[in-house]
Amino acid sequence: MTATQDAPSEQLEIGRDRRRKEDQRLITGRTRWTDNITLPGMLHLAMVRSPFAHAKITSIDTEEAKKAPNVVTVVTGKDLGEEQGSLPNAWPITPDQVAPAHPPVAIDRATFAGEIVAVVVARSAAEARDAAELVDVDYEELPAALDLKEAANDTTLAHPDLGTNKSAKWVFDSGDAGTGGNVDEAIQKARDGDGIVIEREFRQQRLIPAFMEPRSTVVDPTGEQITMWSATQIPHILRFLLAAVLGVSESKVRVIAPDVGGGFGGKLQTTPEEFITMVMARRLGKPIKFTETRSESMMAAHHGRDQWQKLTLSAEKDGTVTGFKVELTADLGSHVSLIGGGVPVLGAFMFNAIYKFPAYHFSVQTVLTNKAWTDAYRGAGRPEATFGIERMMTELAAELGVDPLEIREKNWIKHEEFPFTTVAGLEYDSGNYEAATAKAKENFGYDELRAEQQQRRESNDPVQLGIGVSTFTEMCGLAPSRVLGSLDYGAGGWEHATVRMLATGKVEVITGASAHGQGHETAFSQIVADRLGVPFEDVEVLHGDTMVAPKGLDTYGSRSLVVGGEALVRAADKVIEKAKPIAAHLLEASPDDIEFKAGRFGVRGTDQGLAMAEVALATFAAHNLPDGVEPSLDSDATYDPVNFNYPHGTHLCAMEVDTETGAVKMRKYTCVDDIGNVINPLIVAGQVHGGLVQGIAQALWEEAVYDDNGTLVSASFVDYLVPTAADTISFDIDHTTTPALTNTLGTKGVGEAGTIASTPAVVNAVVDAIRKFGVNDVRMPCTPERVWKAIHHSGGGEPTTEAAKPHFDPASGDEGTADRTDGASE
Amino acid sequence: MTRIEVTVDGAKVSDEVEPRMLLVQYLREKLGKTGTVIGCDTSNCGACTVHLDGRSVKSCNVLAVQADGHEVTTIEGLAQDGELHPMQAAFHECHALQCGFCTPGMVMQSIDLLNDNPKPDEQQIRQGLEGNLCRCTGYHNIVRAVQTASGQEVNK
Repeated sequence: MTATQDAPSEQLEIGRDRRRKEDQRLITGRTRWTDNITLPGMLHLAMVRSPFAHAKITSIDTEEAKKAPNVVTVVTGKDLGEEQGSLPNAWPITPDQVAPAHPPVAIDRATFAGEIVAVVVARSAAEARDAAELVDVDYEELPAALDLKEAANDTTLAHPDLGTNKSAKWVFDSGDAGTGGNVDEAIQKARDGDGIVIEREFRQQRLIPAFMEPRSTVVDPTGEQITMWSATQIPHILRFLLAAVLGVSESKVRVIAPDVGGGFGGKLQTTPEEFITMVMARRLGKPIKFTETRSESMMAAHHGRDQWQKLTLSAEKDGTVTGFKVELTADLGSHVSLIGGGVPVLGAFMFNAIYKFPAYHFSVQTVLTNKAWTDAYRGAGRPEATFGIERMMTELAAELGVDPLEIREKNWIKHEEFPFTTVAGLEYDSGNYEAATAKAKENFGYDELRAEQQQRRESNDPVQLGIGVSTFTEMCGLAPSRVLGSLDYGAGGWEHATVRMLATGKVEVITGASAHGQGHETAFSQIVADRLGVPFEDVEVLHGDTMVAPKGLDTYGSRSLVVGGEALVRAADKVIEKAKPIAAHLLEASPDDIEFKAGRFGVRGTDQGLAMAEVALATFAAHNLPDGVEPSLDSDATYDPVNFNYPHGTHLCAMEVDTETGAVKMRKYTCVDDIGNVINPLIVAGQVHGGLVQGIAQALWEEAVYDDNGTLVSASFVDYLVPTAADTISFDIDHTTTPALTNTLGTKGVGEAGTIASTPAVVNAVVDAIRKFGVNDVRMPCTPERVWKAIHHSGGGEPTTEAAKPHFDPASGDEGTADRTDGASE
Repeated sequence: MTRIEVTVDGAKVSDEVEPRMLLVQYLREKLGKTGTVIGCDTSNCGACTVHLDGRSVKSCNVLAVQADGHEVTTIEGLAQDGELHPMQAAFHECHALQCGFCTPGMVMQSIDLLNDNPKPDEQQIRQGLEGNLCRCTGYHNIVRAVQTASGQEVNK
C-alpha cells in the first residue's frame, strides 16, 4: 500500500506515515480540555461520596456546609427528587433483566463506596471541596455484596428490595442455533472415549480505565441552548439522552467534547456527574463546572472486566477440538450501566475465536454487587474471550505435549476457507492466520528461543524462560445496526459524514466519530485527500461538537475508521458525482465523457480538464451552471455496514521468571497484526504499542482491589499500578495485509487489538516458564508473590490439581474451590 | 494572602495568592496557562511537570509561594519565535503522543532528562521518565522521541 510521491494515484495519501495534524496544539499546550474552560460567573461543584459499600442514609445535615464561605447551595438526593431522573441503561440484554433505578445522587441508600450522596455548589472548586467536608452524613451500614461468587448465589443482597443479585442470563447453544452440535454430548464423548477434556476456571480481574485526563463537565444554561462541555467519548449519545431526560428537543442541547484526554471506554457513559452538573446549572441558571479528582475517578468512573470464567474444552487425542463450553459470571457493580450488561455477552460470541469448533455453548450470568459499576473497557468483552480461549488452547497443547502453535494450526480456519461462518453464528469475511503466524515466528526467533528455554530447563537455571502464544481475532467496528438490534442494544451502529468543497478549494469534513486521541483529523484527511485528489493540507476535519457535527454515534469499539471512514468515502464520492455534470458543462463536454482522476475532471481523449478546486469555485460563483443543478458541492452519507470486521494477528511473548523470587521480566514481545489495508502506519503502530501495554498491565500489574469492607484500596496511582516507561520494553511489531471485504477501504479496526491479544500471550509465557514445577495457571495480575506461590505450593513438581477440582456453579449454589493461593482479596 | 513575584515563560508577574495554592493552580487559574494540566493529585502522573529555574518539578508538588522570586517555564513558553523546541518537534516526528494529556509533562521532563544526560541509552530514558504516566502510547514512541531529540540513531 505504500504510495510514491512522484506518481500521483488514488493511493497517494493512504498508506503514508503522515505526522498528525492534531499534534501542534497538543505539544504546545494550546489545548482545549474541558477543565480549561472558564465562563463568567461560573460556579463549581464538589461531590460528597459514600465511604461505605452499602449503607442506609439516616440523615444528612448540610447546615454547616451551607454557612461555609462562598457556598451557594448544598443539595441531597432527596432535595433533587424526581428532577434528577434515573441514569439510562441502553442495553437491557433480556426482557426480564433486573436493574435497580439509578438516581445520580443516592436518595436513602448508598450502594457502593464512592457513590454521590450530596452535592455542594460554591464560587470556587476549593471552597466547594472545603464545604463538602462539612456535610454531616449519618449512615447505618448494611451487609454488602462484595464477592462475585457469593453475590451470584444471593448470599447477601446488593439491593435487598430486588430480592436477587442476578440481573440477567443470556444463553447461546450451537445445537439450538443450528450452527453446530451439542457441547455436552461432545464433552461426554471425550470423557467416555479416548478424548481429552480440559477444565479451567479463570478470573478476569477488575480493572480501572485510568485515562490520564480526569472527567470534567461544564454546563452553561444561560443561552438559548443548554451547552455542555464534557470529557466524553460520546457527545451525540449524551446529547440524545440528556434531551430525553430533560424533556426538551435535541436542538436545545449542545454537547461539546473538546480535546479529550483518553477514554478507553471509560468515558463511554452518561455519568451521574454530568447529569448533576446539568440539573444544578438549570436550577441556578448559572454556568457550573465539575472536575473530578483522581481518586474520585478511580472510585466512581466505571471499571472494566471483572468476571469468572468456567471453561470446558473437549478434544480428540490428536488435538482436534470437539466442543467448547463457556460459563461466565460477570460483575456489573451496583447498577446496570449504559451498556455494561451487554459487554460480557458481546464477548461471549468471540470465545471460539479463530477456531472451527463443531460444538459451542455459552451462558452469561450478570450479577449486581456493592461495587462501582462496570462497563466497556478497552476491548470490551473481547479481551476476556481471547484470554479464555488462548489460555485453553495452550493448556490443551501442554496436556498433549505438543507445541502450542501446532495445536492452533490444527484447529484454526484455513485461509482458503474464508468467508467462514463460525459456530457462534458470526461471518468472518477474511483472514490469513497462516501468514501472520509464520511472520511472527520468524520475527520473534521462535525456534531459537525455544532452544534456549529447553537449555534453561535442563540446567535448572534459576531464571526460567517462558514463551507465550496468542493467536487472536476480534469483532471490530461496532456497527451493524440490525445485529445490535438483535442483541437488544438500544442504538444503531451507523456513522455519519459530511464532505463540503469550499470556494477556496479547501475541503471541510465533518464526522460523527468524535476522537479522543486516535488521530481522526489526520487519518480522515488522508482518506478524503485521496478520494477527492486534493492536498492533505487542504482537508479540515471537524468533530466533537453537536452544533458542528449534529449526527453521529461517536467513538468506541474500533469503529471510527471502518464505519466513520467509510461514511466519508461515500460522502466524498457523492461530491464527485455532483461535480461531474458541472465540470462537463464548464468544459462544454458530455458528462459521459468526463472522467475523474487524481483530483481532475478530464474530457476523455483530450488534455482538457478542470481541477476539483476550479469546479468548486465555479459552483460557488454559480454564474454558469447547467440548468437544474444545485449550486453546492457538498454531501452527506450515513453508513451502516452489513457486518463487523475481524482483524487478527499472532502475538509471541518471552518472559523470564526468577524462580527464587517470583519476579517476572519481559524479554521480548513480537506481534504481527493483520488489520487489512492501513491508512496511516505511524498511527497504527502507536495504537498497537499503547494497546500492548494495557494488555500486558492486566497480566502483570493492574487490579482494582476492594477490601473486606468494600473500600477501594487501589484508589490512586500510588496503589493502582499503571505501568511506567521503566516497567515496559520496546516492542517488535509488524503486519500482514488481508483486506476486509466489507468496506471499500479494506480496513479493519486496530484500536483494541494490542490489548486484546497481549494479556493471554503474557500469562501463557509466565505459565510456560514454570510449568516444569507442575504449574498450570497463575491468576492475574501475575505478581511476584503469586508466581512464587504457584512455584512453591505446587508440591515439589507434582502437577497442581486445580483443573480436577469441582468448579463454581452459580446455579447450584456450590461455591467450589477456586484456588486462592494468590492470597488476594476478592 | 501572600504577594509573590514570579517570572513565568519570560514574563514577570506579581500576584496575591493563598498560601495553600499550588503552583499548578496558580498557573492554570490565575495566569490562564492551561497547557499545564492536573492528572492525579498525588504527584504520581507527572502531567503537571514544569521547569523551576530550569529543573523539572511537578507543579502539583510545589506551592505557588515557593515559586516567589524564581523562574518558571511551562510548555507554553518552550517554542520560541514560532519554532518548536527540538523536543516538541521530536515528539511530533516520532508520534510520541496520542490524546496529548500527558504530553506537556512528558516534554518538560524529557528536556530535563537530556540536561542531565545528553546521550542517554534506552534504559536511562525509561528510568528518567518513570515519574510520568502515559496511557496511550505504550512509551515506545516517547523513548524514540527522546533519542531523536538527543541526536541519536533511532530504531523502528
